[in-house]
Amino acid sequence: MSIIQFRQTSKHFGALKVLDRVDLTIDEGEVVVLIGPSGSGKSTLLRCINGLETITGGDLIVDGLSVKGGARQLREIRQEAGMVFQQFNLFPQLTALENVAFGPRKVRGLSRAEAQETAIDLLDKVGLAEKANHYPAELSGGQQQRVAIARALAVKPKVMLFDEPTSALDPELKQEVLNVMRRLAAEGMTMVVVTHEMAFAKQVGTRLIFMEHGKIAVDGNPREVIDTPPNARLKDFLQHVE
Amino acid sequence: METDWSVVIDYMPALLAGAKTTIYITVLGLVGGLLLGTIAGLMRAYGGSVLNAIAFAYIELIRGTPIVVQVMFLYFALPVLADIRIDPMSAAVLAIVVNAGAYIAEIVRGAFLSIGKGLSEAGLAIGLPHWKVLLYIVGPLAFRRLIPPLGNQFIVSLKDTSLFIVIGVGELTRTGQEIMASNFRAVEIWSAVAVIYLIMTGSLTLVLRTIERRMKIL
Repeated sequence: MSIIQFRQTSKHFGALKVLDRVDLTIDEGEVVVLIGPSGSGKSTLLRCINGLETITGGDLIVDGLSVKGGARQLREIRQEAGMVFQQFNLFPQLTALENVAFGPRKVRGLSRAEAQETAIDLLDKVGLAEKANHYPAELSGGQQQRVAIARALAVKPKVMLFDEPTSALDPELKQEVLNVMRRLAAEGMTMVVVTHEMAFAKQVGTRLIFMEHGKIAVDGNPREVIDTPPNARLKDFLQHVE
Repeated sequence: METDWSVVIDYMPALLAGAKTTIYITVLGLVGGLLLGTIAGLMRAYGGSVLNAIAFAYIELIRGTPIVVQVMFLYFALPVLADIRIDPMSAAVLAIVVNAGAYIAEIVRGAFLSIGKGLSEAGLAIGLPHWKVLLYIVGPLAFRRLIPPLGNQFIVSLKDTSLFIVIGVGELTRTGQEIMASNFRAVEIWSAVAVIYLIMTGSLTLVLRTIERRMKIL
């Protein structure tokens, strides 16, 4: 069952063409890893899925709904496509628990008690139950990102979008975030991940997409593609990332 | 030079009545100004091109003209222009509302736009409508940053009420002027007036500082 369908999707910023007639279908349960040089359009591709960027050409269907279907439809899409940001973007005035409970309360309309229960379960799942009452400023980057993952999961999305989730983290903190993502993948969550973590791509990814100049240049099995790059530019890119 | 400070005590009830009027105009004016300023500021920050243009025109018109001219216009020109007659007190309150509103609009706009785009995106990404993102996420954060510049504006507006002497509102400065005219005790009376203003602005500063201290500025 496909959950995300790019249909000749284009995105322009003025004269700059960031996505150029992309066709891409992602099925439920896939873990798609997006890589590519900066400016290749990988983050934009991800951000178009939940409408944080507006597409300028073609169509894009998420869970049966077009991102062009208006504000209400976009909100429905966003509830099905959770996002994790490079800079975490936790709400600084709320505790970890309140951050996670926020979506269920304000979006899904749960009662305070129900939302808190959901939030505690999710914080426990990302290993931060004991940090529930801490504010983001009191948490390490890795902990903040795990709370951010819990916050996105709290709205019960069908697909999770990760925009360079470990790029802002020190090496020793990356693993705790990647471990949470591994577990999520093992549970069968559909994931689209923009990352430079090739080990993660090989180990967890079911599909690897290399983007260049707003187009999909390579689309294949992560192990095969990384071990034997079918394209000279990908080979060059991988050497720079390793 | 001889001074006789006992006149200050004699006229204290009158001066305090003037101060009361000053406070009344300031409080009412600022409540309205906050409301108007918040609306205009949000129109500037998030409104479409039409709302933005309306708010921009209002702000430029008010910031570009002196408050004395504004209150004269409200009190003397409006009756001629539109046959709307208002008493001096209402003109004074309205002048503060309109004047403070324009400055507060820019303060509100600045505070809201200073909150990182990433937080709004995080709110939108969990499926919140834009107004809820502003209400629950950006608003509370912006509010903390609003307090210091808002404090400035409150003090400016409080002192601006002294200009309403031109339309004969019996606020503190006007009261001082009237007492002066009857006994010519300039040093004593204007010192007393200045001290009363200082007490009012000082109390305002204290209140704002307390609010600020109770709130983490993020």
